[in-house]
Amino acid sequence: MAVHGNLSGPAPRPSLLNDPVFRGIIYQVLVAVAVFGFIAWIVLNTAQNLAMQNKTTGFDFLFRTAGFDISFTLFPWSRTSLYWQAFVAGLLNTLLVAVIGIFFATIIGFTLGIARLSSNWLISRVATVYIETIRNIPLLLQLFFWYFAVLKAMPAVRDSFLLPLGVYINQRGIMVPMPLPDHEFIWVAVAFVVCLAAAIAIGIWATRQRTLTGHYPNSIVLAARFANAVVMFALAYLAVTLLGQIVPSLGTPIVAAVGGLALVAVSLTPYRPYAGAFVAFAIAFVVASALLASMFSSIPLVVLQVVGALIGAAVGWIMLERIGTAPVDASRFPTALPILVVFGVPLALYYLIGAELAFEPPVLQRFNFQGGFQLPPELVALVFGLSIYTAAFIAENVRGGIRAVSKGQTEAAQSLGLKEGDRLRLVIIPQAMRVIVPPLTSQYLNLTKNSSLGAAIGYPELVNVFTGTTLNQTGKAIEVIALTMAVYLTFSLLTSAFMNWYNGRVALVER
Amino acid sequence: MTMDIGYVRTDFVPAKPAPGRTGGPILWAQKNLFSTPTNALFTVFGILFLLWAVPPLYNFIIGHAVMPGGTVEECRAEGAGACWAYIYARFNFFIYGFYPIEEYWRPNIVFVMLAALIIPLLMPTAPFKRTNALLFFVVFPVVSFYLLSGGVFGMRYVPTEQWGGLMVTLIISLVGIICSIPLGILLALGRQSKLPIIKTLCVLFIELWRAVPLITVLFMASIMLPLFMPAGTTVDKLLRALVGVTLFSSAYLAETVRGGLQALPRGQFEAGASLGLGYWKRTYFIILPQALKHVIPGIVNNFIALFKDTSLVSIVGIFDLLNTVQSASSDIEWASPTQAVTGYVFAASMFWMFCFAMSRYSLWMEHRLDTGHKR
Amino acid sequence: MTHVSETNVERTVDTAAMQVSTTDVAIEVIGMHKWYSDFHVLRDINLKVMRGERIVIAGPSGSGKSTLIRCINRLEEHQEGQIVVNGTELTADLKRIDEVRREVGMVFQHFNLFPHLTILQNLTLAPIWVRGIPKAEAEATAMHYLERVKIPEQAQKFPGQLSGGQQQRVAIARSLCMQPRIMLFDEPTSALDPEMVKEVLEVMISLAEDGMTMICVTHEMGFARQVANRVIFMDQGQIIEQNDPENFFSNPQHERTKLFLSQILH
Ligand SMILES: Nc1ncnc2c1ncn2[C@@H]1O[C@H](COP(=O)(O)OP(=O)(O)OP(=O)(O)O)[C@@H](O)[C@H]1O
Ligand SMILES: [Mg+2]
Repeated sequence: MAVHGNLSGPAPRPSLLNDPVFRGIIYQVLVAVAVFGFIAWIVLNTAQNLAMQNKTTGFDFLFRTAGFDISFTLFPWSRTSLYWQAFVAGLLNTLLVAVIGIFFATIIGFTLGIARLSSNWLISRVATVYIETIRNIPLLLQLFFWYFAVLKAMPAVRDSFLLPLGVYINQRGIMVPMPLPDHEFIWVAVAFVVCLAAAIAIGIWATRQRTLTGHYPNSIVLAARFANAVVMFALAYLAVTLLGQIVPSLGTPIVAAVGGLALVAVSLTPYRPYAGAFVAFAIAFVVASALLASMFSSIPLVVLQVVGALIGAAVGWIMLERIGTAPVDASRFPTALPILVVFGVPLALYYLIGAELAFEPPVLQRFNFQGGFQLPPELVALVFGLSIYTAAFIAENVRGGIRAVSKGQTEAAQSLGLKEGDRLRLVIIPQAMRVIVPPLTSQYLNLTKNSSLGAAIGYPELVNVFTGTTLNQTGKAIEVIALTMAVYLTFSLLTSAFMNWYNGRVALVER
Repeated sequence: MTMDIGYVRTDFVPAKPAPGRTGGPILWAQKNLFSTPTNALFTVFGILFLLWAVPPLYNFIIGHAVMPGGTVEECRAEGAGACWAYIYARFNFFIYGFYPIEEYWRPNIVFVMLAALIIPLLMPTAPFKRTNALLFFVVFPVVSFYLLSGGVFGMRYVPTEQWGGLMVTLIISLVGIICSIPLGILLALGRQSKLPIIKTLCVLFIELWRAVPLITVLFMASIMLPLFMPAGTTVDKLLRALVGVTLFSSAYLAETVRGGLQALPRGQFEAGASLGLGYWKRTYFIILPQALKHVIPGIVNNFIALFKDTSLVSIVGIFDLLNTVQSASSDIEWASPTQAVTGYVFAASMFWMFCFAMSRYSLWMEHRLDTGHKR
Repeated sequence: MTHVSETNVERTVDTAAMQVSTTDVAIEVIGMHKWYSDFHVLRDINLKVMRGERIVIAGPSGSGKSTLIRCINRLEEHQEGQIVVNGTELTADLKRIDEVRREVGMVFQHFNLFPHLTILQNLTLAPIWVRGIPKAEAEATAMHYLERVKIPEQAQKFPGQLSGGQQQRVAIARSLCMQPRIMLFDEPTSALDPEMVKEVLEVMISLAEDGMTMICVTHEMGFARQVANRVIFMDQGQIIEQNDPENFFSNPQHERTKLFLSQILH
C-alpha cells in the first residue's frame, strides 16, 4: 500500500488510512456528499410537489397587486399596492417597533440594573422581584396579557378613559393629540437640532480647554453664570406657578415672575443653596402631591399633601447639601449653559418669530374619535411587552457590567482624590460599558427578532404581513420564507459586524 | 533622633461590642433603608409604590378571588377578583388538552417516570449516572411515545391532535432538548474541527438558525416540511413543530457546548493525543465528559429558553399550555370580566414555577462548579 | 502562614540624610476603634507620625494592618476616637475627605491601575481632574516620575502589557504625580515574583531618601531594617509593640512579638 519512499528517516510511514490528513479529506468528502445529496433530495421532492400542485417559482409575484388591507402602515397603503410594498410596510413596522422598544427597554433596563445594585434594600428587592418575575414568563404570554387582558379589556369607545394631556384610552387603542406645527415652527425645530449640536460642541470644547489649560475658559464661566440665572428664573417661575395649584393666591403670572426674580437674586448671594433648595422643594411637593392623589384616591387630599410636603422637604434638603455656596467658577463644568442653549434659544425663537405649535385633540363623536392621532392597541401592547421583557435581561447585563469593575478601581480613584462624579465618568463607566455593550447589542437583536411575535396579536409586522398574509394569498412558500429569513439574517450580520468592530476597538490590551 | 519611640503594650484590649447598637431591626433599617437622605427618599418612594401596587394585587389574587368550587355568578359579580373556580373547572383541559379522560393514567405514568428519572439525573451526587442518562435519553422517550399514542398492547390509539396542555408543552421542550443535545454536541465539535468543509457547514447551520426568530422556523417547518418530503408523505403537525424546535435549539446548544470546549485547557487535548487515542475516542473519553460537566448550567439555561419558547407553537395551531388557556378564555360558560386575566395568571405561574426552579438549579450548579474548580 | 522574605537591596541606604521633624505632625491617631458590624477589628489605636517618618507595620494575617492604613485615608470609616491627617480631622464630611486624600497617596497590593487608560493617562488623570493642572504640565510631571521609577519608555502602553513589577512602579508614580505629603503602602510587593520585588523596593527606598512620610505594611524585613525608623507590630487589632528597627529585631519585648519574629525569621 505504501507508495512513498522513506526519504526522511527510518521510521515506517503510517498506512494511508491512518494518516490524519488523508482521513480528514475522506471525512470531508463523505460529509459533503451526504449534505449535498440530502439537499438535492429535498430540491427534487420540492420540485415534484410544486409541479403536482401546478405552482411556479420566482419573485415576479412581488410586482402583483396585493389586494389586502394592512391596519397600520407608515406610508399610504391601499388595496392596489403591490406585494413588494407589503414587504416594505411589514419591514418598516418591524423597525418601528424595534426602535421604540429598544428606547424604552434601555431606559427601564439601565434603571433596574442600577437599582438592583442599590445599597437601599427595598429598591434592590423590588428590582430583583421584577427581573425574576418577568424573565421567567414566556414573552408571548406577556403579549397576550397586555393585548387581550389589558388593552382589549379597556372600555368601549364611548366610555373612553381620559388621561392627562387630552389622551384617551379605549378598546381601539390610545388617542393622543396630533401636533400641528405651522410653517414657522419648522425653524424652531431646526433651531433645536442646531442648538443641540452646538451644546454638545460647547461641552466638548469646554472640556478640552479644561484639560489643556487646567480651567474652563472665562467666556464659558461668564456665560454659565448668566445661564444659571436664566435657568434659575425659569425653574423658580415654574415652582411658584406650581405652588399656585395648592396655594391659589400664588397662582398669578405676576407673583410667579416676582417670586422668580427674588429667587434669582438670592441665588446670586452666598445663600444660593437655599434658593435651589426652595425650588426643588416646591416642584417636588406639588408633583408628589399630584402623583399621590392619582395613586391613592381613597385617602383624603390633606393627608397626601402632607406626605407630598415631606417628600418635597427631603428633596429640598438633599439639594441644600448638594448645591455649593460659591457661584460657578473656572473649575466646574457649566451644566446650565448647554441646557439654556438647547431649550432657551429655540423657545426664544418660538416667541420671536411667532411660530405656533397647535395640538388637535381627539374629540369623541357619536361612534368614534375625530382628530388626534391613534396608536393602535397592537402596537402599544407589543412595545409594552417587548420593552418590559427585554428590560429584565438588559438589567442583568448592566448589573453584571458594573459588578465586573472591581472595587479596587473605585478605591484607587478615591485615594487619588477624584470626586464621585469624576470617578464614575472617568473610571467606572468606561470600564463597565465595555462589558455591557456586547450583550446589550445582542439583546437589541433579540428584541428585534422577538418583535415577530407581534404576528400573534395582529400587529402588521414583517412576519404577519409577509410570511402570513402574502404567503397565504400567493402560496409562494419558498420565496416568502427565504426573503423573511434573509431580512433577519441581515439584522444579525449587521449586529455581529458592529460587535466585532466594537470589541476590536475597546478590547483591553493584554500581554 | 532623640524621640523615644519604644512602646510595649502591657494591657490586652479585649473585644468590646460596637458603640450604639449593631444588631436589631432599627439599626438594620438605618443601614439598609435610611443611610443617606437620598436613600431615605428612595425608601419612601418604594413604600408608596408597594402601598399602591400590593393591595389591589392581593385582592385580585386572594382577597376578592372566587376560590375553587365557586360559581360563575360570583365571578361575574362587581369587584370580583381572580376566578379560580374557572381554572379548577378547566384544570384537566389545561393539563391534558383533549386527551380522553379515561386514558389520563397514561400521561400520568409518563409524568411520574419523568420525575423519577430527571431528579436523580440532575443531582450531582446520585449514583448510576450512565444508566440513568441512558434510560432518560433513550428508553424514556420511546416508552413515553408508545404510552401516549397507544395503538399497541391493546391500548387505544390517541392521535396527536388530541394531545394538549401542559403535557404538550413538556413534550415539546423535552423532545427538543433531548434531540438537540447530541445534535448540538456534533455541531459544536464540527465548528471546532480543523477540517474546513465540515467547519464551514457547521458554522453556516448554527448561524442561520440563530439569526432567525423561532416563529419563522416554525412557519417554515409547518409549511415547507411537507414540500420537502416525497410526494404523498404526510407529516404529523406536532412532529413538524418538533423538527423546527429541535433544529432551532440545537444551534443554540452548539454554542453553549462550544463555550465549554473552549474553556478546556489546551493540555487536555494534547494529553489525549499523546495517549495515542484517535479523535473519537479522545473526544468521547476525555474531552466531552469535562466540557459537558462545565456547561450543565448553560444547558439548563438553554432549556429554560426553550421551555418558554414552546409557547410559540400555539401560533402554528398546537394546543400547548398557553393555547389551551387562550382558547378557554372565550369559553362562554365561564365568561366573566376576569376570565382572561385569571387564565393568563395561571399559565404565567405554571411557566414561572418551572423556569424559576430551573434557573435556581442552574445558579446552584454554577456555584458548585466554580468552587469545585478552585479547590 | 504569612509569607516573609528578606530581599537585600544592593546599596547602602543613607538613613542619616532622612530628616524626621520633631514638631510637624503628619498623622495622629488617638484612641481609635473600628468595628466591622460586630467584629472589633481595631482596638484602641494610638499613633503619632511625624513628618518624614518611615514606619513599617508588621503582624500576622488578619491582625488589622490593612484596615488601619485604609482608615487613614478613609477607605474605611472608624467608629470611635480621632484620626487627624495633615491637621484635618477625618469625619463624614465628603469635601474634607477628598482634600485629605489629595495629600495622601496610596499603593495597593494589586496595583489597581486603570486598565482602559494608557500609563501616561493613568498618571495624568488625577492631576488634571483633581488639581486642575494643564495637560502638558501634568504630562511633563508624569514623565518625570516615570523616569524616576525607571520606565519612561512604557508611557504609551496599557497596564495589561506591563509586568507586575512595572505595574506596581507605575502605581507608585501615579500616586507621586499628585505630589502627596504622605504615602501609604499596603503590601506593595506581596503580589510580585521575587525578582520584581527588588525593583519596587528600590523605588520605595529612594522615596524615603527624599524625606517622604511613609507608612508601609510589608513583610519585607530587609526593607524594614534598612529604611524604617520605626517598626510597629500589630496583633488582634491592636498595636502590641513598636520600636526602632534595631531594638525591634534584636530585642523584642512582648511575647507575641517574639513568637512572630521567631516564626518569620527562620
Ligand atoms: N469588609 C470587611 N468586612 C468584615 N470583615 C473584614 C472586612 N475586611 C477585613 N475584615 C476582617 O478584618 C480583619 C482584619 O483584616 P485586614 O485586612 O486588616 O488584615 P491584615 O492584617 O491586612 O491581613 P493580611 O496580612 O492578610 O493582609 C480580618 O479578620 C478580616 O477578616
Ligand atoms: Mg492586608
